[in-house]
Amino acid sequence: MSSSRNDLLLSVGFALVVLAMPIWLAPFGAGYPDLLQRFMIYGIFAVGFNILFGLTGYLSFGHAAFFGVGSYTAVWSFKLLSLDAFPALILAVIVSGLFALVIGYLSLRRSGIYFSILTLAFAQMSYNLAYSVLTPITNGETGLQLTLRDPRVLDAITGQTYVGQPVPTLLGQQLSGYAGFYFCAFFLIVAFVLAQRIAGSPFGMMLKAIKSNQTRMQFTGFNTRPYALSAFLISGMYAGLAGALLAVTDPLAGAERMQWTASGEVVLMTILGGVGTLVGPVIGAWLIKYFENILSALNDQILVRFYSFLPEGVSELAVKVTSKFVGDGWFLTLGLVFVLVVIFLPGGIMEGVRRLANLFRRPGAPTPRPTAHVQPAE
Amino acid sequence: MTTTPNVVLHVADVHKRFGGLHALSDIDLQVIEGETHAIIGPNGAGKSTLLNVIIGKLAPTSGQVVFDGAVLTGRKPHQINQLGIARVFQTPEIFADLSVLHNVMIPAFAKRDGAFQVNMLRGLGSESAIRREAEELLADVGLYERRDSHAGALSRGDKRRMELAMCLIQHPRLLLLDEPTAGMSRHDTNTTIELLQKIKARGMTKVIIEHDMHVVFSLADKISVLSGGKIIAEGLPDAIRGNEKVQEAYLGGAHRLEAH
Repeated sequence: MSSSRNDLLLSVGFALVVLAMPIWLAPFGAGYPDLLQRFMIYGIFAVGFNILFGLTGYLSFGHAAFFGVGSYTAVWSFKLLSLDAFPALILAVIVSGLFALVIGYLSLRRSGIYFSILTLAFAQMSYNLAYSVLTPITNGETGLQLTLRDPRVLDAITGQTYVGQPVPTLLGQQLSGYAGFYFCAFFLIVAFVLAQRIAGSPFGMMLKAIKSNQTRMQFTGFNTRPYALSAFLISGMYAGLAGALLAVTDPLAGAERMQWTASGEVVLMTILGGVGTLVGPVIGAWLIKYFENILSALNDQILVRFYSFLPEGVSELAVKVTSKFVGDGWFLTLGLVFVLVVIFLPGGIMEGVRRLANLFRRPGAPTPRPTAHVQPAE
Repeated sequence: MTTTPNVVLHVADVHKRFGGLHALSDIDLQVIEGETHAIIGPNGAGKSTLLNVIIGKLAPTSGQVVFDGAVLTGRKPHQINQLGIARVFQTPEIFADLSVLHNVMIPAFAKRDGAFQVNMLRGLGSESAIRREAEELLADVGLYERRDSHAGALSRGDKRRMELAMCLIQHPRLLLLDEPTAGMSRHDTNTTIELLQKIKARGMTKVIIEHDMHVVFSLADKISVLSGGKIIAEGLPDAIRGNEKVQEAYLGGAHRLEAH
């Protein structure tokens, strides 16, 4: 058994798949930078979320708050310090980490459903504060944007000047298009490898043990609270990094990023892909973002054209039914898929892959017990 | 109450009340270093309550528990474990989702690294010392072949033996056993007795709650009999065997208290 070699193979394989995405996603109509950037960003978000939910078993319904804090922090760094991405990312990870520390400390006083409700409440509070009291910081409904009049102290010192609309950079290089994609891809790969290391460390084993039996952990001599808080902190920092990267690729931060639907989305990504698995959450994030991109762009005119081969009455009916599931109704499709996955494939796509692999490897062989559970810790 | 130097565990004047029910009253119990102290008594006598008070799962209504000079009362379960007390539960408390080997490795980390340690960048592969000790213990309890199985898939008897290995890897100064052979076959019970006798030879102090008199008389150096929340007799196994008060309370006089 050489698990370290398998780990290395997995991380190298993952890096190759990610870096080659512009090539292998082109036939699916997804090989363009804007969407690829989102794949990377939400991949990071989901990988981090899985450290808390997948390993430790605590289901947070408020992680969008840390994502949003990351975005705001990054945009403020672009406004006040420099258009360079690095100070923005570092600050965003620190600030969202502090945020996660406070919210995690308070929420982890409870477990199970009460923990989930607490995180949801804190995230909704953050969302509402962003729209009301904190308007001077968040710029309310308009969202926080870059302007030409921003001070940018560090850039002023180094004598950098800009022409036209300010755009985040990396050492002077603009981070738009494919540059932005590869920048985000670098962080996704690092985030993935780090999560892999955590899952395979003694610390990761303790997190899994907390998920499995918290009582036993306590009677075995472990103080479980700081372990859970560390997992919460790490996943909050991942979320902050993802939020900051979204601000790097598109320097605008709005409060809707912190809404509960955004928190719910990362839960769906993780469960769809496979809770507690390494690759599952990333795949879940990619699939949801891919289908969101396709389905939410469809409208009635496109549907009419699509169904034009059908006889007149039938085609109208088809358009009417389908239109409920696309465009703004895309969430309906997502909900349906989610229900089907939870009922028939509770271990997510990764469990499906495992079942298929077993089917082909040795027909009739017993399937191993799934390791992933959808329930939060008690 | 004076505590003699070799008293490891002292349960001093402990009362525990649940509403109107006196689950434990005026319990005074001293466990001497190196001895195996059995607590027996009929169902509902308060044996498990007493163990829960010792381990910090329940707070006594009055009185206190002292372990090696440190007051246990008011401490959290993980702090009590860190002082050197490990426990096998009546219903096995294990990590059902993890492998048997990992179940036994985890407690070793609590012993080595303390109650909390962020060692997230070291791989489990580099923990060969802990792994080797866990494998040796699994061989001792007869579960080495099943080390890669899911712990949840083990039989009840195997779970208990694994839980025992989880406690032993911590080299506790005091081991509390709550009916360690309940639900085991005769054969498994005998292997467990042999195992516990081997541990006893190493001088580990044990408190054991047990229904099976065969187990009690094979292992105990001293026996305390609990009935109705009170200790009604205490002494060497032979004295307890012949004690009429014990016969009366424990078996209602219907059976003789004997090893079968």
